[in-house]
Amino acid sequence: MTDAVQHPQAAPSWLKRNKLAVAPWIFLIPALIFFAIYVVIPIFESLWLSLYEWNGLYGPDGESTAEWVGFANYAKLWDDPNFWTSLRNNIAWLILYMLAVPLGLFIALFLNQTVTGMRFYKSMFFFPFVISQVVVGLIFGWFYNPDFGVVGTVWKAIFCEETTNILGNVTFTCSRPAPDILSSPEWATYGIIAAGLWPQIAYCMILYLTGLNNVAADQIEAARLDGAKGWKMLWYVVVPQLKPATFIAVVVTVIGALRSFDMIAIMTQGGPFGSTNVLSHYMYEVAISEYGERYGYGSSVATVLFGIMLFFISYFLWRMYQDEKGGR
Amino acid sequence: MFLKLKTATAAIALSAMGSAAFAADLVINFDDLNPGPKKGFEDAVAQFKAENPDINVVVNINDREAHKTAIRNFLTADAPDVTSWYPGNRMAPFVDAGLFQPVDDVWEENGFNEDLAAIKPTMSRDGKIWGVPYSYYQWGIYYRKDIFDLLELEEPQTWDELLAACGKMKANGVTPFTIGTKFLWTAAGVFDYLNLRTNGYDVHNALTAGEIKYTDDRIRATFANWETLINECGFVDNHASMSWQDAIAPFANGDAAMYVMGNFSVDGYKNAGLTEDQIDFMPFPTIDASIPGAEEAPADAFFIPANAKNVEDAKKFLAFVARPDVQTQWNKTIGQLPINSKADISDDKFIQEGFALLNGAAGLAQFFDRDAPAAMAKAGMEGFQEFMLDPSKVDAILTRLDTVQEEVYK
Repeated sequence: MTDAVQHPQAAPSWLKRNKLAVAPWIFLIPALIFFAIYVVIPIFESLWLSLYEWNGLYGPDGESTAEWVGFANYAKLWDDPNFWTSLRNNIAWLILYMLAVPLGLFIALFLNQTVTGMRFYKSMFFFPFVISQVVVGLIFGWFYNPDFGVVGTVWKAIFCEETTNILGNVTFTCSRPAPDILSSPEWATYGIIAAGLWPQIAYCMILYLTGLNNVAADQIEAARLDGAKGWKMLWYVVVPQLKPATFIAVVVTVIGALRSFDMIAIMTQGGPFGSTNVLSHYMYEVAISEYGERYGYGSSVATVLFGIMLFFISYFLWRMYQDEKGGR
Repeated sequence: MFLKLKTATAAIALSAMGSAAFAADLVINFDDLNPGPKKGFEDAVAQFKAENPDINVVVNINDREAHKTAIRNFLTADAPDVTSWYPGNRMAPFVDAGLFQPVDDVWEENGFNEDLAAIKPTMSRDGKIWGVPYSYYQWGIYYRKDIFDLLELEEPQTWDELLAACGKMKANGVTPFTIGTKFLWTAAGVFDYLNLRTNGYDVHNALTAGEIKYTDDRIRATFANWETLINECGFVDNHASMSWQDAIAPFANGDAAMYVMGNFSVDGYKNAGLTEDQIDFMPFPTIDASIPGAEEAPADAFFIPANAKNVEDAKKFLAFVARPDVQTQWNKTIGQLPINSKADISDDKFIQEGFALLNGAAGLAQFFDRDAPAAMAKAGMEGFQEFMLDPSKVDAILTRLDTVQEEVYK
């Protein structure tokens, strides 16, 4: 374009000629530098570190005590039952977390009507997404508590009777012990996922609510004239128009499921005996926590998680690219 | 304005980093912000300053968990002259990386080889001594004296007496033991005691040093006793979802009568409304009479980093913290036991009993998670928790621990 415009005066400088091409890069430089320092370089560093055995210590002269072990860390992962438990839990998270998408849609449909005080109801439904995951974890932790939580209290009302113990203090004797969800190796993961779904549903709901604002009223009208209603209306007319919202909801839910960490750290610390670990928490446990100090091994766990995320993120980026090429 | 700002920055830099050290500066990093321990340390430092006016002592007190992370950096990057840390296997990574320096001469010159003899093996590695301890505390069984009195029970001395006492408690609707295994380490306390009583101190050390397998018959015997304890005594329900503090609730309410714990828990009982008359302490009963009684007594100690700038004064401080009069005063403040055998103890009944117990002990274990390397400790404690929830899985657990052991100690 610049070639087309001929200036009669002195030839403009290179910078001037390429102003449009250069300017975005100048604005991007600060972000790129920080992104490189805090994201890109650490990724390669931890890939590299996963080939070492290292307890995280430097000698008095500042020399790292790391020892090259090649792919031994990955070989160890293969034989590590805790790793497979974590991976299995990650898959459970991925699958069950997807429930947030349809549930969010239904709540959004339910809330997408004009009733007095609807704003209030909407904000109540959105509330769990606003509070911190840590707080959600704590609330559900108490909720599940078999002694003083909602679960325990309801159970006591049904199966237990109040008696006095040997010292005359009030206590409960139960015909069957209260379910201890977070200490049961079978159920604890599902308990945590249920807690995680609460804010995630709210997130999907808000995405759909904004999407519903953009549903074309004339198409609904036309469909209605053609006799569509109920499920058919939803499936063939409304949902296709919500496709962008659905795409984003799926993306954030997949990423949310893979990076689940806070809730596990708060509710069970990966316990009982490692049965609720997911890869991100297992990585933390073997590398950074008090009983960890195996940074190389932790990095190999991180690498596996990175690989899984890369797969999903590449797919999403490819989809977005295809959509944009399609000229929407 | 500018000047003010400059001095303020300088002051912040000085107090926060303590790195701008002069020749006679002595930088000490300490790891407990709780009021009692902090006061004990600060009082001792004040006394040290009074005795050594030429040394400018700079202290950095950090939170315990933060210290555990920070020490991994500051030993290399910005080493203090003295730092608090734990003996046993907890010091091993730093000793192996050459980050601490040996202090054999401090022990030699001050007669610590005799006065601190009981703890010497724990402070040693590779034939050298690496630090000086200032305090420890006993473990054992804390029990509800009022419940024992109601049921006319005496402190059980032997395994059979314990099981008989448990039978009586259960018949009267009392759960014998409370425990909260959510954070795992409490289960290790029970395991350690059963192992110390079934097999003795040497087997405990050999196991945590990776010299014998978990599937060894001796360790299996420990687990068999544990299963007996679970079946005939029993622990509170839902222990896997409780922290050790949560587990005080059934104890305070009188639903459970005994708690295998360390002496730091006494504060917790008192805060839960129990008085000194309602609680008492007893050593863990004997299982095999032929085995000399060893106890759990985790110690806290001071070490000199290899990169310390003022080693001479650091050694003075180490000699100071193990002096009988200093240890007497310090441990009175924090409610723990002095390690120096010439020190005096406070008249608190738990301290008195603990002192008698530990002085007569054949060996002092540091606790499973301090004696075993981190990765082994984690796997081991998870195994203990799993076992407590379902003792029938013992074979799978022990086999898995053997695999981890092979990996960790290779």
